[in-house]
Amino acid sequence: MSWLLGTSVGATIAAFVYPIVRYLVPPESSEPSLTEFELDVKASDVRPNSGRIVPVGGKPVLLFRTAGGELKALTAKCTHLDCTVQYREARSDIWCACHNGTYDTKGTNVSGPPPRPLKPLEVKVRGEKITLKLA
Amino acid sequence: MAKRSPSSSPEDLSPLAAAREWARDRFAVEDLQHLAAKKQVPVHRYTVFYYLGGMALFLFLVQVATGILLLLYYRPSSTEAFESVQYMMADVPFGWLIRSIHSWGANVFVGVVFIHAISVFFLKAYRAPREMTWVTGALLLFLALGFGFSGYLLPWNTLAYFATKVGTDVPAQVPVIGHLLSRILRGGSDVTGATLSRFYGLHVAILPAITTVFLGLHLLLVQRQGMSVPRKIEREGGPPKTMPFVPAFLMRDMVGWLAAIGVLAALAAFFPWELGVKADPFAPAPAGIRPEWFFLWTFQGLKYLPATVLGIPGETLGVLFLGAVAAIFVLIPILDRKLSRAWNAAAILLLIGAAILTVLALMPVKGAA
Repeated sequence: MSWLLGTSVGATIAAFVYPIVRYLVPPESSEPSLTEFELDVKASDVRPNSGRIVPVGGKPVLLFRTAGGELKALTAKCTHLDCTVQYREARSDIWCACHNGTYDTKGTNVSGPPPRPLKPLEVKVRGEKITLKLA
Repeated sequence: MAKRSPSSSPEDLSPLAAAREWARDRFAVEDLQHLAAKKQVPVHRYTVFYYLGGMALFLFLVQVATGILLLLYYRPSSTEAFESVQYMMADVPFGWLIRSIHSWGANVFVGVVFIHAISVFFLKAYRAPREMTWVTGALLLFLALGFGFSGYLLPWNTLAYFATKVGTDVPAQVPVIGHLLSRILRGGSDVTGATLSRFYGLHVAILPAITTVFLGLHLLLVQRQGMSVPRKIEREGGPPKTMPFVPAFLMRDMVGWLAAIGVLAALAAFFPWELGVKADPFAPAPAGIRPEWFFLWTFQGLKYLPATVLGIPGETLGVLFLGAVAAIFVLIPILDRKLSRAWNAAAILLLIGAAILTVLALMPVKGAA
């Protein structure tokens, strides 16, 4: 009798708790079906030794041109704790202001707390049009 | 239940006396009066620390009152939150005052709660039978931090946006369930308008509901057990002097509250709380990013952790350390009792407490430098 009662109480609590827990976890957003993104930025707008954040599939991407003139793109989320990185013209490197982490222009973590490199994106330039391709 | 004397009828009484009579018949006011008359507060050289609990409670009520007023204009969405606070600050009569008192009040409240906890720790007021008063108080401290963390994002400015990005990525470092925790907190994989909605709900409904329960328990325990007299004072012998809670202690409490509201109003008037720049999820984190002062020690600490320690990610170690500190903090009464059996262990606990406090105090200073 007490087993039945206990099980019923347990089942009733579970019937309340389970939907609430599931409700709290947001559904996974579907990944963007596109793998190539054409940017609104013109290639000539990105000066040598400068960078900017561009939205790609709803995520921030760092688009920058090295001092040597090469146009590159890396994921802009710091691998430490998710802050958005920036291109630092004075040192020609990539810097996260939150915890002073730095990366080189290949995206390799070189100092500070970031544990992993930034992921590169493939950059295609046709005339003034820039297209980024997800790896 | 109190009985009205047969000689008096409502018609014979003044309106005030009639109202008192009416309340006495319905709410057992005499029981409360009796309780209040019986309540005594010990008087000794540490009595000043007894005022901190009442001060924390008063500041919490200021937060509730100003928070309710802010709700009337605030709009919890990523497109409107910043603008609604800006409107409140610039156009709504006294909007700047209400918002600044709420922001300053949050900081002063957390500061007072910290000092209250520190004084209880060093005076060992958590000893039996007051263990649960400490546990509920410790949980209330965490809830106060939760209020601070969730409220910080609500104006949707750059500083708060990136501080929240970091703060909500920290739980992601917890082994196994970390990413799930982070997703639940953020309402998705990133800090977006969904995070703002969640933090709003947390700040104005979920945390207040939980706080009401723990605050009620905490106050009930304080009423049942009375104020703790430090062991040192007990050892000095003799029955401690006391003062009646009503009116002597309460009047002193109220002087403190009046001073506190004066300080808050002065801070709000002379140093209005800045709103900053609207958050842009596609802008890099600016230099000088930082959370509220009471989270600076974790923020700074994360800066000094190496990427990996013995193959374990530095942040994971940091989060586990934070969890351990929180658990030790809650369990102090039990640890103290167990350690008291060991030689001089109580002194060691005090030293650890002092060392932790020094680190907490120095981290923000180092960060500011």
